[in-house]
Amino acid sequence: MSVLRHLTRTNGLLAKVTREISKRSYADMSFTFSSPGNAYYQNANVKQVDVPSLSGSFGILPEHVPSLAVLKPGVVTVFEEDGAVKKYFVSGGNITINDDSSVQVLAEEAHPVDRLDAQAIRDGLAKSQQELNSATTDIQKAEAQISFECYEALSKALE
Amino acid sequence: MEAVLSRSVQIFTPTCTHVRGMATLKDIRIRLKSVTNIQKITKSMKMVSAAKYARAERELRPARPYGKGTQSFYDRAEVTQDDSKPNHLIVSMTSDRGLCGGIHSNVVKAVKAEIAEKKVGVNFKIICIGDKTKLVLQRLYNQNMFYSFNNVGKTPPTFADASFIAKTIMESGYKYDFGTMYFNVFKSVVSYNTTAQPIFSEESVATAEKLTLYDSIDEDVLKSYNEFALASLIYYGLKEGACSEQSSRMTAMEGASKNAGEMIDKLQMTYNRTRQAVITRELIEIISGAAAL
Repeated sequence: MSVLRHLTRTNGLLAKVTREISKRSYADMSFTFSSPGNAYYQNANVKQVDVPSLSGSFGILPEHVPSLAVLKPGVVTVFEEDGAVKKYFVSGGNITINDDSSVQVLAEEAHPVDRLDAQAIRDGLAKSQQELNSATTDIQKAEAQISFECYEALSKALE
Repeated sequence: MEAVLSRSVQIFTPTCTHVRGMATLKDIRIRLKSVTNIQKITKSMKMVSAAKYARAERELRPARPYGKGTQSFYDRAEVTQDDSKPNHLIVSMTSDRGLCGGIHSNVVKAVKAEIAEKKVGVNFKIICIGDKTKLVLQRLYNQNMFYSFNNVGKTPPTFADASFIAKTIMESGYKYDFGTMYFNVFKSVVSYNTTAQPIFSEESVATAEKLTLYDSIDEDVLKSYNEFALASLIYYGLKEGACSEQSSRMTAMEGASKNAGEMIDKLQMTYNRTRQAVITRELIEIISGAAAL
C-alpha cells in the first residue's frame, strides 16, 4: 500500500516536472535591458548575456534555469544574434530570468562603455579612496566603500 | 456724467441688482476683456503642457520595461497576497498640480472604493504621493495617513525620487501583508486607465508557490531584489502618472480655450447688439427732439 502510494506520488511529481520542462522549450531568449534613461533592448533575441551579480558574474544563455540576482557595478556584455558584442557599464539593479526564457536586466544606471571618461574616473577613484580613508562612522564608511567599489569597477571596465 | 448715463441701456435698472443679459456696455466690455485674458492663459498653459507631455511621453518609453519586467516576474512566479490578513498598505499616486481634468480624483475614487470594501478589523495605512491626493484622503482617513510626499509634478520624476519613496516605505518598519499602488496608466492623449498594482512584501515573494523554481536564491538576494523591484514599480508608476497628467492637462486646457472662445463670441455679439441699440436710441432721441421744435 505504502509503496503504491509512494509510486503514485513520484509519478505525479515527475509529470509535473516534465510539464515544467516542456513548457519552456523556447529556443529564443526574450531579452530586455533598460535603464531609466534608455531602453537598450526590448524583448530582443540575443545569443548570450554576461552579467556581474553580487554572487559572482555569470553568463545567461537561452533556457537558463529561472533565477533572480542583483546587479553589482560592472560590465554587462551582450552577444547579439549577428555576432556583434556590446558592452554596457551598470551601477546596480536587478536580473530576472523567468521560466519562459525571458530575461530582464533592469539597471539603476547603464551606459555603453565607450561613453565613459577615463580621466573623470581616475579623479573619482582618487577622491573616493580619500573619502574611504577619512570616513569615521559606519554609515560613512559603507557609503564611501560603495562609491569606491563602483569607481574600481569603472576603471576595470576601461582596461 | 450725462453722457455716461445716456449710454446705459436700462436707465431704470438699479445698479445693485445685476440682471444677466441686460448689462451695460461697460459691464460687457469688462467681462469680455477678462474672458479674453483667461483664454490667453489657458492657451499658453496648453502650449506648456504640450511641450511637457512630449517629454514625458519620450521618457515613458524606457520606463515601461521597469514596470513590465517587474510585473512579469510576479506573474511568472505566481506571487499572491492574501487580503484577509490584517495589515494593508495603500499607495496613492498623484501630483501637486491640478487643472488637469479628473485624473487625480479618479485615483482618489479608486482608493476610496478599495477602503470601502475592506473588512472589519483590517488595519490599513495610506501613503500619499502628491498634494492632490493628500488633501482629500487626509480629511477622510486622518487616522490612517502614514507618509505623504509632495513636490511631485513640477519636474519629471527621476529614479532617485522613486528610490527615496521606496526607501521610506522599507525603512518605515511597517510590515504589510497586502499592498496596492494606485496610479494612472497612460493609454493615449485622450485616455488613461486608473490601475491598481499590487506591491508585494518580501514575505509574499518568499512564500510564492513557484519561487522554488528559481535557482540560487538566498535571503540577501531576495531582499535586495524586492527592494529594487519596489523602486522600479514606483518609478514606473510615477512616469505613467506624469505622462497621463500632462496629456490630460493638455486636453483640459484645450477644452477650456475652446469654451472661452465660444464665450467671447457670444459676449462680442451681445456687446455689438447693445452698442447698436444705444446708438439707435440716441438717434431717436435726437430726431424726436428735432421734430418737437
